[in-house]
Amino acid sequence: MKRELKEKEKRGMIRDWILLGLILIILVVLLSIFPDKKGAVISTSWDFFVEMILILPAVMVILALFGVWVPKDIVVKYLGKASGIEGVFLAIILGALPTGPLYIAFPMAAALLKKGAKVSNIIVFLSAWACIKIPQEMVELQFLGARFMISRLILTIIFVVIMGLFIERIIKWGDKEGGVKNAI
Amino acid sequence: MNITTIIINVIAFAGLLIAFSKDKKKAIKSLKMAGKSFIKILPMVFLIIIIIGLLLGFMSPDQISRFVGKQSGVRGILLVGVVGALMHIPALLSFPLAASLLEEGASISAVAAFITTLTMIGTVTLPLEIKELGKKIALLRNGLSFIIAIIIALIMRVIL
Repeated sequence: MKRELKEKEKRGMIRDWILLGLILIILVVLLSIFPDKKGAVISTSWDFFVEMILILPAVMVILALFGVWVPKDIVVKYLGKASGIEGVFLAIILGALPTGPLYIAFPMAAALLKKGAKVSNIIVFLSAWACIKIPQEMVELQFLGARFMISRLILTIIFVVIMGLFIERIIKWGDKEGGVKNAI
Repeated sequence: MNITTIIINVIAFAGLLIAFSKDKKKAIKSLKMAGKSFIKILPMVFLIIIIIGLLLGFMSPDQISRFVGKQSGVRGILLVGVVGALMHIPALLSFPLAASLLEEGASISAVAAFITTLTMIGTVTLPLEIKELGKKIALLRNGLSFIIAIIIALIMRVIL
């Protein structure tokens, strides 16, 4: 499993470099056809590059610190038995901790499901993991401003909780319909 | 350099100081991890900034806002929502891309829809999600995420 993931990551890297090569070719071709655009393109790219390079290493350090220091089983340990408002709250907090990409969260969620955690909490946890990550919010603040970031954050939390409850309903309803056969 | 940049760097630096004072070995491990993920994300960074440069250099605000601006309405929001759902780039890099679109006349709601679908929906990781959590949960989560992304986008238009 781990080796498989590493293989996949490697292929992803190669794909990224190939894409970069392609876009570089497109860039060179376009700029040689329209030399008058050169200034605008290069200065915009440069501005965004500077803004990102000032922020990305710090974000990576924060991510890595959490990745190394926060134990992997913390999520399963705490979310496994939590319920009610407390469960929702915990799901958001644990999801928002700056640790890793979404695909790491799937096995955790699966383990939680097996332990009998509430479906709604798992959905909230996965969604928080996907889009309420703390460093992610900081970068959003940087590029899109406080009003945008805060409004989207609040709306996302509200709707993610509603979605979690809704999916839980559907799953429960489906289990009843599907009969006892599936349960055994 | 703006205030957010400074805050993030201060947090990272303080975190590193604490880490080194507590456990040197683990701190070095974190630094190595950070370096690795930085190198990993680098080609994507260059890719995105070139795309932003081309987008802003070659397309006029008129053209961009025709597709994803205010007058494009719900259709524009749906369009970017779908693009966001299909794209597979790190969420961190969606923000500069979104900011550049906003600068060029895209509507707030379109940009909100783009970021929300991009982060919440993973078409590339969907097979893994199905394998781990089952078809029902995975499909419901991704499908409903699209719907709530559009709702969030429409509310953002009203309140901002």
